[in-house]
Amino acid sequence: MVTVLQARTRGMTLMRMPLTVWGIFTATVMALLAFPALFVGAVMMLLDRLLGTSFFMPSLVEMGQHLQHSGGSPILFQHLFWFFGHPEVYIVALPAFGIVSDLISTHARRNIFGYRMMVWAIVAIGALSFVVWAHHMYVSGMNPYFGFFFATTTLIIAIPTAIKVYNWLLTLWHGDIHLTVPMLFALAFIVTFLNGGLTGLFLGNVVVDVPLSDTMFVVAHFHMVMGVAPIMVIFGGIYHWYPKITGRMLNEALGRFHFWVTFLGAYAVFFPMHYLGLLGMPRRYPEIGETSFVPDSAATLNAFISVAALAVGFAQMVFLFNLIWSLSRGRQAGGNPWNATTLEWQTPETPPGHGNWGKELPVVYRWAYDYSVPGAERDFVPQNQPPARRATWEAAP
Amino acid sequence: MDATPTDTGEALARPAGWRGVAADWSSDQRAFKNVSWGKAMMWIFLLSDTFIFSCFLISYMTVRMSTTVPWPNPSEVFALTIGGTSVPLILIAIMTFVLISSSGTMAMAVNFGYRRDRVKTAALMLMTAAFGATFVGMQAFEWTKLIHEGVRPWENPWGAAQFGAAFFMITGFHGTHVTIGVIFLLVIARKVWRGDFDQEKQGFFTSRKGRYEIVEITGLYWHFVDLVWVFIFALFYLW
Repeated sequence: MVTVLQARTRGMTLMRMPLTVWGIFTATVMALLAFPALFVGAVMMLLDRLLGTSFFMPSLVEMGQHLQHSGGSPILFQHLFWFFGHPEVYIVALPAFGIVSDLISTHARRNIFGYRMMVWAIVAIGALSFVVWAHHMYVSGMNPYFGFFFATTTLIIAIPTAIKVYNWLLTLWHGDIHLTVPMLFALAFIVTFLNGGLTGLFLGNVVVDVPLSDTMFVVAHFHMVMGVAPIMVIFGGIYHWYPKITGRMLNEALGRFHFWVTFLGAYAVFFPMHYLGLLGMPRRYPEIGETSFVPDSAATLNAFISVAALAVGFAQMVFLFNLIWSLSRGRQAGGNPWNATTLEWQTPETPPGHGNWGKELPVVYRWAYDYSVPGAERDFVPQNQPPARRATWEAAP
Repeated sequence: MDATPTDTGEALARPAGWRGVAADWSSDQRAFKNVSWGKAMMWIFLLSDTFIFSCFLISYMTVRMSTTVPWPNPSEVFALTIGGTSVPLILIAIMTFVLISSSGTMAMAVNFGYRRDRVKTAALMLMTAAFGATFVGMQAFEWTKLIHEGVRPWENPWGAAQFGAAFFMITGFHGTHVTIGVIFLLVIARKVWRGDFDQEKQGFFTSRKGRYEIVEITGLYWHFVDLVWVFIFALFYLW
């Protein structure tokens, strides 16, 4: 955080930073403000367990014994936990939003659409995420009037999020899309995130959430939006930056295999859970037994999900193999295999040496998204390439 | 630093008003001009620590409001019998006075630090540390007294069990902060006394040259710990 604020290179203004950096920066600010609530909740819980205090523990009877606790507030724990927990969702998601913006722009050879709006959307999501926490607690027994407030803020946060999704699509629009492995993962992210985001709108409303609460629908929503989607970006990021880290490309064929099994497999795992949730199947049950509302066929679907999960797990072994194998056998990558504009691809050495730049720090002259600039020599202009001298373009016809 | 001039094109006219503020803030290299990384990091730490104490205090207030058993009366619990009469909150009043005074001596230490007055800076920092140690000492006395009267984290003779729990937790955390501050003050005062910052001696961990600015950074922490106490005083003892 201090690095971004106080230690940027010459010419690197805030509005020239790659969105990856914006996403990570905002996430660090949020982590700084959200983790205190987790810390305090953990300290109080520890005191409840070790010192016999009753912050969170009401009077309880356990195994026929009256526990020594009395008068604590379990809802207080939920408030503390979710005041951390909801920003945490975006602490995970914002770097992913940033990275995916850069992957899409680079691999579609187009400048990011609406850069300023993308930055402001990141900041707005970061700020709003601190006032939505109790949408996790509609059925906790808190004051029911809170629900209205938190449903409203939750739906408002959908606006900057939707702006980002539209801007990713408009970046792809008329782009020169290269279906590289990083791009495949980026596209998979958009699809998965959109799916999970839309079910979030369902669950953000109190009346819809109450019947769906604690069902498999919530599991489906959570994994689509926060489980699978950012992991798609992490994989995309690894395929994208591995060449800079190691100097070698990851194997393309293994990468494609890994992508398709992971993407389709993750969908096979989590998509049916929406249906199970609507049937009323509760989450966190190893075995549901006989009920009046869940048909036997749900068990078949559960078995299908397990098989798909095993397949996805297997694909990760292939990925791990690829990581190790390509370290020595991968194709030589060169300094800038994707023809990307951002500074990390312009280092004198690959992998970058200590200090990244040797003696002289780079100077930044432009934003991170000069792809397919009309009249430019190549279809990308690195951030540290000086502008053409006036004399030269005055001399040009 | 690199001294060769760089051709960055024509200089832009500085925009007026808020646009100028935004332009300054988002310009290259540094968002906060003339702020060292050390000071920036202390501010950031304090921001996070603010959230920690806020969570503690808000949790305490929630617990106090939601408990069904009456809350003990702080004026009676924290009273000392002096000369046969019971004086409410007298110890807490003295503790608060001591801590606020220590902020005064700290501010003076920062002032003398920037005048590079080695001896006065070190002396004032030592005085601040002494005030801090006195505060912690009185807190230890207060804890001992309450424990003798039967206050425990899980029970007390006067009412809601959460009273003792919140008391020990919050004052314990604050007292720890003061203790760490005292150690921090002593370490820096020693460096000032030795003249490390006049000779630009290199530090032990980072081998960077120390500067008198560290006195101000220590001061930031100290004033923060003071400010937190004001809130604890108002919300725990006066409520």
